[in-house]
Amino acid sequence: MRSPLPRRLGWYLLFGTGAALMLFPFLWSVASSFEPAGSVLDKPRLIPRHPSLDGYRTFLSALPFWRLLANSMGLALCSTVLQLVTSSMAAYAFARLEFPGRRVIFGIYLATMMMPLQVLVVPLFVEMKQFDLVDTYAAVLAPTIASAFGVFLLRQAIVAVPRELDEAAVMDGAGHLRIFATVILPLIRPALATFAVFAFMASWNSFLWPLVIIRSPEFMTLPLGLSNLHGQYTTEWNVVMAGTVLSVLPIILLYLAAQKYVVQSTALTGLK
Amino acid sequence: MRGLRKAGVVAVFLLPSAVPLLLFIIVPMVSSAWISLHEWNLISPMKWVGLRNYADLARDGDSRAALLHTLEYLVGYLPLVYVGGLSIALGLNRVMPGRNLLRGVYFLPVVTSWVVVALVWKWLLNPSSGLVNDLLGRIGVPGPGWWTDPAWAMPSVILASAWKDLGYVMVILLAGLQSIPAEYHEAARIDGAGAWQRFTQITFPLLTPSTYFVVIISLINGFQVFDQVFVMTGGGPAGSSQVLVERIYDQTFRYGQVGSASALSWVLFVVILGVTLVQGRLQRRWVTYA
Repeated sequence: MRSPLPRRLGWYLLFGTGAALMLFPFLWSVASSFEPAGSVLDKPRLIPRHPSLDGYRTFLSALPFWRLLANSMGLALCSTVLQLVTSSMAAYAFARLEFPGRRVIFGIYLATMMMPLQVLVVPLFVEMKQFDLVDTYAAVLAPTIASAFGVFLLRQAIVAVPRELDEAAVMDGAGHLRIFATVILPLIRPALATFAVFAFMASWNSFLWPLVIIRSPEFMTLPLGLSNLHGQYTTEWNVVMAGTVLSVLPIILLYLAAQKYVVQSTALTGLK
Repeated sequence: MRGLRKAGVVAVFLLPSAVPLLLFIIVPMVSSAWISLHEWNLISPMKWVGLRNYADLARDGDSRAALLHTLEYLVGYLPLVYVGGLSIALGLNRVMPGRNLLRGVYFLPVVTSWVVVALVWKWLLNPSSGLVNDLLGRIGVPGPGWWTDPAWAMPSVILASAWKDLGYVMVILLAGLQSIPAEYHEAARIDGAGAWQRFTQITFPLLTPSTYFVVIISLINGFQVFDQVFVMTGGGPAGSSQVLVERIYDQTFRYGQVGSASALSWVLFVVILGVTLVQGRLQRRWVTYA
């Protein structure tokens, strides 16, 4: 059933305007980033009257941008791969292996999901200090090596795989590691992709933990670098906006490339 | 021998996640409880004070204010993001060309980091040369001082946060809407129910599981709000927007009161746990499962 034309036009007008409002802050930051230095107290316009690259130049000289980008990207990739490996293995154990205490241990895993990192920041910092890991990549990665949530999500996926498939492999003399790698993993690829998107975004956007544990500029992630930059260039908004534009670009490109998976991941996991 | 081998297999699969979870969640949790019973500044030896940190928290005006600001954030943020997200989800839950593009646009802020969102909004809401006050000025409304004004600092944070999370709420509610069987609507239409009636009698009741989910996640995340406040206002002006996690951060790294920060962490954890449990009980009264 198609609705009448005026109603359809109204729909486009309403939700198109809404979408424009969602996009506008991004456009505005792009526009402001091209304002010349020292013009910030004048009212910026959507099309700058004297477009200039001052903001970008200052930004790139104030921050080791490429280094920060590589840090953010590298840490996000490492943490995603680590979580995929550790979570899928544990998920296999809880779904397929029989061992005493399985339920209790799974219960403890789930309980750790209740403990937000925000609450653990102080003791984690103290622990890293004892391990002498403050201001290292390892410390940033440490709390993201394993994820109880990932175990939970992937276990659901493995439970849904028919057991006959593993049994056929057992007949062929395959051990658990082989069944896991050659039978189970290929079959739960959609769940792995969903979780990978989630883990990557969580690491890419994380702020509080890197803020607490990182001191040196060369180990900083993009959000941390930007926040610091804002502290130095409080009134030079063209510089700050150039920074936001450059640091938001990679994730937007990634999002456009994998949009279906990203939105699906949110709908399925309920997390962002 | 076989038992031993089996235990070995279990260990191989479980240890890669069990060891990090133990080291980086369970141990810190226990040590946080331990630290909260001490006076400590990270450097000099810990001094046992029993439950005094907790007793002091009850009397500490700054921590109470931080709790109040966190609640203020939740009260402003939750209705805004829910009603907004629901309206968009309802609108986009129909077959129209371009629908996926629109969804993609509404979702864009969700993938953007909080720091970027906070900076962009801080600039939009700049009291003297920001766009929002410029537009308000053109229609003759004097714009407020936004994040420079104690009364407007928290509303500024709420506005930016709701803008960022709208798309997230939309996606969750859209998934809920799509699970409502179309026959229900058709049957109601045949019985002569209007659009509003169909919404209140069918859509909304059957959407309550998704609503419950959005509310729980928003409450859990909302109590831990930090990034956007830290970047937009730094808790100011004059502490007027300081939230719980920021207070914990300040107490640890600015004032060296690690014991009392740990006590506050535990209070926060208990509050989150309590809200989740209470909601879990209450949901039976208002959540309809089809």
